Amino acid sequence: MINLLAGLVAVAAAIPTAVYLLLRPKSRDGANWIEVTDLSKLRVGEPEEIVYNRKRMDGWRRIEEKTSAWLVRTSETAVVAFNPACTHLGCAYHWESGSAQFECPCHGSIFSIDGKVTAGPAPRPLDRYPSKVEGGAVYINPESPSAAARSRARSAPSQESA
Amino acid sequence: MLRPFLNFIDQRTGLVSAIRGFLDEDIPASAGWHQVLGSVALFAFLLQIFTGFLLALNYAPTPGEAWDSLRYIVTQVAAGSVIRAMHHWGASLMIVVVVLHMAQTFLWGAYKKPREATWIAGVLLLLLTLAFGLSGYLLTWDNRAYWGTIVTTRIMSLAPGGSLLLRMLGADGGGIGRVAFARFYAAHVTLLPILTLGLIALHVYLVRKHGVTPAPGDERLPKKKFFPEQVFRDTVAVFVWCVALGLMVALVKVPLGRIADPTDTSYVPRPEWYFLFLFQFLKFFQGPLEVFGAVVLPGAAVAVLVLIPFIDRGAVVKIQRRIAAISVACVAALAWTGLTTAAVLTTPRQPEEDGALETAAWQRIPASQLAGIGVFRRENCSNCHTPGRSQPAPDLTAIVVDKDANWMKNHFKNLSGMEIGALVQLLTKRTEDTVEACLKAPDEAARGAMIYYASQCSSCHSLNGEGGDVGPPLNGLRLRRSRDWVKAHFAAPDQFTPGSEMPPFHFSPEDLDRITNYVMSIPK
Repeated sequence: MINLLAGLVAVAAAIPTAVYLLLRPKSRDGANWIEVTDLSKLRVGEPEEIVYNRKRMDGWRRIEEKTSAWLVRTSETAVVAFNPACTHLGCAYHWESGSAQFECPCHGSIFSIDGKVTAGPAPRPLDRYPSKVEGGAVYINPESPSAAARSRARSAPSQESA
Repeated sequence: MLRPFLNFIDQRTGLVSAIRGFLDEDIPASAGWHQVLGSVALFAFLLQIFTGFLLALNYAPTPGEAWDSLRYIVTQVAAGSVIRAMHHWGASLMIVVVVLHMAQTFLWGAYKKPREATWIAGVLLLLLTLAFGLSGYLLTWDNRAYWGTIVTTRIMSLAPGGSLLLRMLGADGGGIGRVAFARFYAAHVTLLPILTLGLIALHVYLVRKHGVTPAPGDERLPKKKFFPEQVFRDTVAVFVWCVALGLMVALVKVPLGRIADPTDTSYVPRPEWYFLFLFQFLKFFQGPLEVFGAVVLPGAAVAVLVLIPFIDRGAVVKIQRRIAAISVACVAALAWTGLTTAAVLTTPRQPEEDGALETAAWQRIPASQLAGIGVFRRENCSNCHTPGRSQPAPDLTAIVVDKDANWMKNHFKNLSGMEIGALVQLLTKRTEDTVEACLKAPDEAARGAMIYYASQCSSCHSLNGEGGDVGPPLNGLRLRRSRDWVKAHFAAPDQFTPGSEMPPFHFSPEDLDRITNYVMSIPK
């Protein structure tokens, strides 16, 4: 009887605690497209790291932060945007124009211009942001870190089979 | 299976034997249900530590941001409102059980020799519990918290050495700022818990040292063991307390008011319910006598409480024969109930916006700007000035509009002066809120604002910081008046407010609905 009552109390406290600690807070971040540059400033085959401002919710605060993305113009009308963090351990990689590849200085991961891993410990290709070109302007839709984690979790199995 | 493991642990730490020894404690034959309250109080305190820790994981202890983060906890974090309610009602129910524990000890005369030190430690624990309540009260940083704490600090300043105490609390500048907030928080989460845990350890040690108080004549009866009978009673009592807490959490909403506003002098602060009696008591003492009600008498009461074991030094007798003690307890209970009831009855009803309620951007911007949004939409300006695109015409949510009013008059050509005025307000005073409202304001609200603007309500009334002060401000009108009242008031103001200078307005039924809905949707 003592164990039963104590067990009930423990379970009643453990359930909200587990929910509180394990479930994601409701997000107030809507997806939004950000105009980052003009298409005319990009040249095919020459990736550019562009710096832009974005607003997002950081916990209970709406913050404005400077952040960056790598843009690769792939044709007259199309642009690919990469998350600037190496998919290995999150270091900032850069473009080596001599060897025409992305190199990460931390552990030597190397990515081709389309983001594929060609060497090093990186477990998957560079993460992409949705991007579009409208009226000569380039827009990207960088997800908040939490949304990015969510979509990565969803796509992880298919990434492995690919 | 388990036994070798327990033996292994015990040989190295002695913990298992210690727990067995603790549970095998001899207790008097008369021990029973009346002695469960201490265990419940201990459980309540441990639960407060636990839920307090959980809240701290999502809490920013600085003024302003404290409120933002608490709002985040109750509106966005999963089960956040449950954890917060557990902490809030847990505190209230802990006070209840601590006071009951003390009343039981008092009635049974369990403080008598040699248990005086146990009693004094208990009184100090009661004071610490109240200090938890006082310091925690500020941490929500809503109006209630801010103004309640202002009053508390004023009372402290009446005490001898009060100004030094306030300086230590960082609250000697008149208001409650960042420094005071940090110190209240530090006291609440570090100093008070450490002191309380230490005193609890001492208290429990003393209870064990002197044994549970026997009833008179008990000494010759054979002893019982703490386990399992009394442990069972304690567990049942803890369980019942938890059920009460669960019901409170499920059924009674914990208020989160609007963010603290040190300029809101209309707010009438009231302390937490367990301090209401003191608040009411203070009303009997005015002017130079105030220090008596605020400091001298409460101080004397605490001193008497501490000294009770030395005042009442007779031999232990059966509770049925402790007429004086029972009378004192009854008078105290009656006085407490009477004062608290009087305080509740004299508390003005203060309708307050629920701080957890979302307000949309359009509810925060001046009516002229929302009217401008209405005109912008009606004229289909966004066909060319599309938000988020700079072609074919500039994105007005992104560029800086540096044209002057004359340029705009030309640009808008066929609009009325009123409509141009609204657009100028919108386009020249862009904020994050106006941009968001442009994208998201409901059409009906924008139309309501257009009527409001065209009727020039703002020449007399203020709304979201815009307008005159001839008539009453309209922010928070919904807390003061019913929808029907507002609706009927438009046509004949002086019938509702004798002497009102407001001219009657006769709107079409649709427009009447729109403008009523609009003004009723603006929060305080």
